[in-house]
Amino acid sequence: MTTETVKFRIYRYDPDKDAKPYMQDISVELDSTDRKLLDALTKLKVKDDTITFRRSCREGVCGSDAMNINGKNGLACLTDFRDLKQPIELRPLPGLPVVRDLIVDMTQFFKQYHSIKPYVINDTPPPERERLQSPEDREELNGLYECILCACCSTSCPSFWWNPDKFVGPAGLLAAYRFIADTRDTAINERLDNLEDPYRLFRCHTIMNCVDVCPKGLNPTKAIGKIKDLMVKRAV
Amino acid sequence: MRAALQLSEAGLKTAVLSKVFPTRSHTVAAQGGVSASLGNSEEDHWTWHMYDTVKGSDWLGDQDAIEFMCREAPKVVTELEHYGMPFDRNADGTIYQRPFGGHMSNFGEKPVRRACAAADRTGHAMLHALYQRNVRANTHFFVEWMALDLIRDADGNVQGVVAMEMETSEIVVFQAKATLFATGGAGRIYASSTNAFINTGDGLGMAARAGIPLEDMEFWQFHPTGVAGAGVLITEGVRGEGGILRNSAGERFMERYAPNAKDLASRDVVSRAMVTEINEGRGCGPNKDHVLLDITHLDPDVIMSKLPGIREISIKFAGVDPIKAPIPVVPTCHYQMGGIPTNYHGEVVVEGKPVHGFYAAGECACASVHGANRLGTNSLLDLLVFGKSSANSMIDFIKQQPLELPQLATADVERSVARVERLNKQTNGVAVNDARTAMQRTMQAHCGVFRFKDMLAQGVEKILEVEKMVQQTEISDKSSVFNMARIEALELENLIEVAKATMISANARTESRGAHVRDDAPDTPETPNGRDDANWLKHTLWSREGNRLEYKPVNLQPLTVDTIALKTRSY
Repeated sequence: MTTETVKFRIYRYDPDKDAKPYMQDISVELDSTDRKLLDALTKLKVKDDTITFRRSCREGVCGSDAMNINGKNGLACLTDFRDLKQPIELRPLPGLPVVRDLIVDMTQFFKQYHSIKPYVINDTPPPERERLQSPEDREELNGLYECILCACCSTSCPSFWWNPDKFVGPAGLLAAYRFIADTRDTAINERLDNLEDPYRLFRCHTIMNCVDVCPKGLNPTKAIGKIKDLMVKRAV
Repeated sequence: MRAALQLSEAGLKTAVLSKVFPTRSHTVAAQGGVSASLGNSEEDHWTWHMYDTVKGSDWLGDQDAIEFMCREAPKVVTELEHYGMPFDRNADGTIYQRPFGGHMSNFGEKPVRRACAAADRTGHAMLHALYQRNVRANTHFFVEWMALDLIRDADGNVQGVVAMEMETSEIVVFQAKATLFATGGAGRIYASSTNAFINTGDGLGMAARAGIPLEDMEFWQFHPTGVAGAGVLITEGVRGEGGILRNSAGERFMERYAPNAKDLASRDVVSRAMVTEINEGRGCGPNKDHVLLDITHLDPDVIMSKLPGIREISIKFAGVDPIKAPIPVVPTCHYQMGGIPTNYHGEVVVEGKPVHGFYAAGECACASVHGANRLGTNSLLDLLVFGKSSANSMIDFIKQQPLELPQLATADVERSVARVERLNKQTNGVAVNDARTAMQRTMQAHCGVFRFKDMLAQGVEKILEVEKMVQQTEISDKSSVFNMARIEALELENLIEVAKATMISANARTESRGAHVRDDAPDTPETPNGRDDANWLKHTLWSREGNRLEYKPVNLQPLTVDTIALKTRSY
């Protein structure tokens, strides 16, 4: 099996022993069967078990291994390391407090997600069978429900960096529109009220970093635009 | 998650401990569907579903639990829809259903549309819907906490768990009136697995250390279609939508192995057919080590709308766009049929009696509804049905308990502390990765799709050697902050319990049944396909203490209908 040496520069910070963060230069031997950045990180961890990152499904559906890769947010498990310029520079997602190395504290991110009431609201008694929904109405949820809450989008958004406590952020707003667009949900007005605020929705300045980085190919900016349209329609 | 919802909605104070944020658990990776005889596209009955499940289990499943699950299925799937699950829809607005392996109409006649699907992201949609409903119900989540050991008092009653907060490494006792394990499978005992890194059998390890036996651990499902080399899952729903398996000659070889169900035969049957093709030189690729899953004949619009996630996986992990070229696939370890022994109420049962205060549901539990081989889509159903039933049992149980918690038993707490201490102090030890690799290679080589008498016997010796390595693992990371090296070492202590249980149980079962197939089990009129009902129609129980094996009878008596009589399995 052919091997190659791949060079990395990795953000390191262990509050237990480091006064401040630093960048570590390290390289690792990889096989021709290794493909993804996560394969490389797993081998790096065998070499130095103090390198710390989250990971789970390794197929891009759990959303654990989001990080900043050569300056752009992405999932390590979906990124081919051979496509990356070396040394591959890995940093934690920007804008959130660093717990250790590539692990960030996502409390603020989830707080915003929870703030949009991420569940179907429908107080009418459910029927015996499923609530009916036409295929066309169901299709409205495509491009919305697939979000894996990896936070690549929100942590690439300057508006979220500046106001993480006040601006819901692209992931939360995508989720908000997922429920607004669901014909089974009866709380559209309540949901719009919840976002009618100078910060929560309107801090989106359509910079579109979120669209650029989403590993699932989703478009939060478009969803945000649709919420803004509904706000306007409601006002007139 | 389903159990937590039931408990929270009943007004109980519910703590959910999870090693990962709840939407990152491995249910998220389930693709094809969740089964229920809704009959939205064609006639279907729960009795047909029950028949298929018993047949799929190669008659090792308990028929009371299987009846319960198949009867409850339409109810729990409908509830899930009411919770907001974004199922695909038929033109009339009902839930879309697709065919799936082993699910047939009219007691095994022809494939039926029973798998309720949200594209090929059913698990993702379901896990998120359940999490979202739990947010609504104010369930308290302890995110990134790892349970270390089960706490039992001198009488064996369960009092809760010892757990570690991963961010701080603080060890904390969670004392509870009732404790449920929904800790998932341990597919990471194998070198090649569809399972996530986190699937390390933590609940099974904890149960085994606490003296609870593990049931039917020799039965592991090898999913026919893992991406060759990468191990990532390609759903059976691909074959449900019309996908075909082909060998190097381009032949649809399943027609020879399962003339009726063909590519939609049960998973154990398809996996064995694939390995046979490869072993006989009809594999594909330069090393002739895989077969091809072909959907190039399907309408690209169907692929884009019903199988978008598969297309993405195929492009990213196999470098192939399945609209244009077939996907290289190989049988890959996927699911553990065995687990912590429970009844259909979700109560953990030892020596015929429920263990006071202890429940289990999902892949970590063995009710047993999957027996020797699980049907696709029955695992998501298992979570819903037994998550709910175990929570209902817990609610009833808690109502009967005194308000005050009993005096905490400390022996198990001390054991957890000692395990972590040992790890922190170990010198001249074994690297975690070396011990884990040794375990995974041993399991893969000695206990795979086809099993051989001599290899199993050697496998037992080898895995006991690996256990000694696991007892001496050493980590260089001593930090108290998010120490993943320590977590991986603790996970390995759980995996090795599962590996031992699997190898030792497999070595002892000298017949072929479902996913467990041995070279020395003769195919005779009395033992068709090597299945020996006279001697082996029974559940294995492995205990950690002395690697003891015991057996208990299969329950052939359903709750309200007639027994599904023993029959030779063919598709």
